Amino acid sequence: MTNTIVVTDRLTKRYGDRLAVSDVSLTVRRGEVYGFLGPNGAGKTTTLRMLLGLVRPTSGTATILGHAPGESGATARVGALVEGPGFYPYLSGRDNLRVMARYQRISDRAVEDALTRVDLSERGGDAFKSYSLGMKQRLGVASALLGEPDLLVLDEPTNGLDPGGMADMRKLVVDLAEQGQTVLLSSHLLAEVQEICDRVGVIAHGRLLAESTVAELRGASTLLVRAEPLELALAVSMRVAGDDAVQLTDTGVRLELPEDRAPELARALVEAGADIREIRTAERSLEDVFFEMTTDQEENR
Amino acid sequence: MSTATMTGRPAARSETRAVPTALGGLVSSTRAELLRLRKWPAVWVLATVWLLLNLTFAYIFNYVAYATGSSGFSNEGVAPESLLPELLPAAIPSVFTGGMPMFGGAIMFILGALAAGSGFGWGSWKTVLTQGPGRLSAFGGTLAAVGLAVVGVVAATLVLDVAASTLIAVFEGQSIAWPEFGALAEAVGGGLLIFGMWAAAGVLVGVLTRSPALAVGLGLVWSLVIENLLRGVGNLLSGVEYVTNVLPGTAAGSLAGALGAGGAGEPDGAPGVLTVLDAGPATLLVAVYLVVFSAAAALLMRHRDVV
Repeated sequence: MTNTIVVTDRLTKRYGDRLAVSDVSLTVRRGEVYGFLGPNGAGKTTTLRMLLGLVRPTSGTATILGHAPGESGATARVGALVEGPGFYPYLSGRDNLRVMARYQRISDRAVEDALTRVDLSERGGDAFKSYSLGMKQRLGVASALLGEPDLLVLDEPTNGLDPGGMADMRKLVVDLAEQGQTVLLSSHLLAEVQEICDRVGVIAHGRLLAESTVAELRGASTLLVRAEPLELALAVSMRVAGDDAVQLTDTGVRLELPEDRAPELARALVEAGADIREIRTAERSLEDVFFEMTTDQEENR
Repeated sequence: MSTATMTGRPAARSETRAVPTALGGLVSSTRAELLRLRKWPAVWVLATVWLLLNLTFAYIFNYVAYATGSSGFSNEGVAPESLLPELLPAAIPSVFTGGMPMFGGAIMFILGALAAGSGFGWGSWKTVLTQGPGRLSAFGGTLAAVGLAVVGVVAATLVLDVAASTLIAVFEGQSIAWPEFGALAEAVGGGLLIFGMWAAAGVLVGVLTRSPALAVGLGLVWSLVIENLLRGVGNLLSGVEYVTNVLPGTAAGSLAGALGAGGAGEPDGAPGVLTVLDAGPATLLVAVYLVVFSAAAALLMRHRDVV
């Protein structure tokens, strides 16, 4: 059994003059929660549509579970919720799932199970059109879960959910991951991805900017120094950590220096006659990294 | 929903989807589509409207005309007593397809357009195409389900015609003579072809436009207005005639006409019923249209992006 579930090679989609997705090469491994991260309009949904065989790439290839996108061998083993739930408005939530169960050739018992998993059993008999946005979203997840797919593709699954619903959705994904379910999750909410994903791919303007673990992306922890006079603190910091590893920020001087060198930095500052107000380790959030990356790209365009 | 109740854990290990074969996918897709068409009020509304239309124009109006001694609604100048034979069971084969080429066809067009076109706006096509069956199997399921719906409507029409004509025969004290099986089978087959062709046309336009509203509008304008206008022009300009003679409406109307739907004296009596083509060419042309419309829709569905 192969260990990679999704592999794409320079996947590209062009709509007329507009390059929606450009040379995206990503890998999703078995059993991981992969976060596909990017602002609205970055190309996340188009990429996912290509993976599901709904949209044909202009160039490049994708392999899902060893098959081309859209082949039965791939779609039958992938459960997906892409860009909002799409169901028959006149049918109840339960009947909508029954229709999908017929397509998958599984029994109606699986439908009840899926409804229970997203807490929709009680409202399963109501028409889909009467559902709130959050309920529609949950039905979409239930449909994706039907038939125990090998890969779960969830495109912005917390869209339209209230804070409680978002927490529930995160818990659901974490639960699924604990059972070894492979999940490919797209989101523009960085905090969400940071909490539940093993690895992330960052996409902006159709390009994959980075792909690695959350920890790697955030990088080594940094030291934050507040000391006076500032010029002196800056000079000492550069002498200890090197010119390129020091950055002046609103909150103080940021050094790319491991935590165990903090005492050395403190001694150097004191010896130079600086008054230390604070030295602490500071971790960058994914959000910081993301904004850095997207701003860099913006400048390079 | 603020209580944390969603859980990734199924009650027991649920069933796993299997990778379907092309045929297996087609069968499961057909079953799925039948379920959702069966539960769609719009389908029942369309079927009911057609059956009422058929009952009213084929039997009720003519019977009232006969019973009250006035001339029939589409048979002006015809003696009332000559209306009765048309209303008896023996006449079902010739009456059966009378309303099908134009009015019934338009309703079947709407059925096809709604069945195939709505899924684009609802996003249900995108959901369906990620369930497992390949695109052709999944779309084939829709075609097959619409086809079965057409079979159901034609069967219901037959039952209704038999019931209405038998009732009239009993009321009028006529002996009940059943139609010849061969003639009846021809009429039912013709009805299936006519309705099937229009439903397939609806599916094709629904897929083309990706919008049920636009598809229904275009289809109705085409079948009720444009073809008639073209035929009018065709009568004046001989070159246009070659084209209008092979239009879907002409073919369907000629098939109904060949089955005797216009009535013995007046083949062009009912709207849409024509005598432009003979039985053979008309049947063949309708069948070819049915296949071409279905295949074109399937090809489009297979190759186009679903967004």
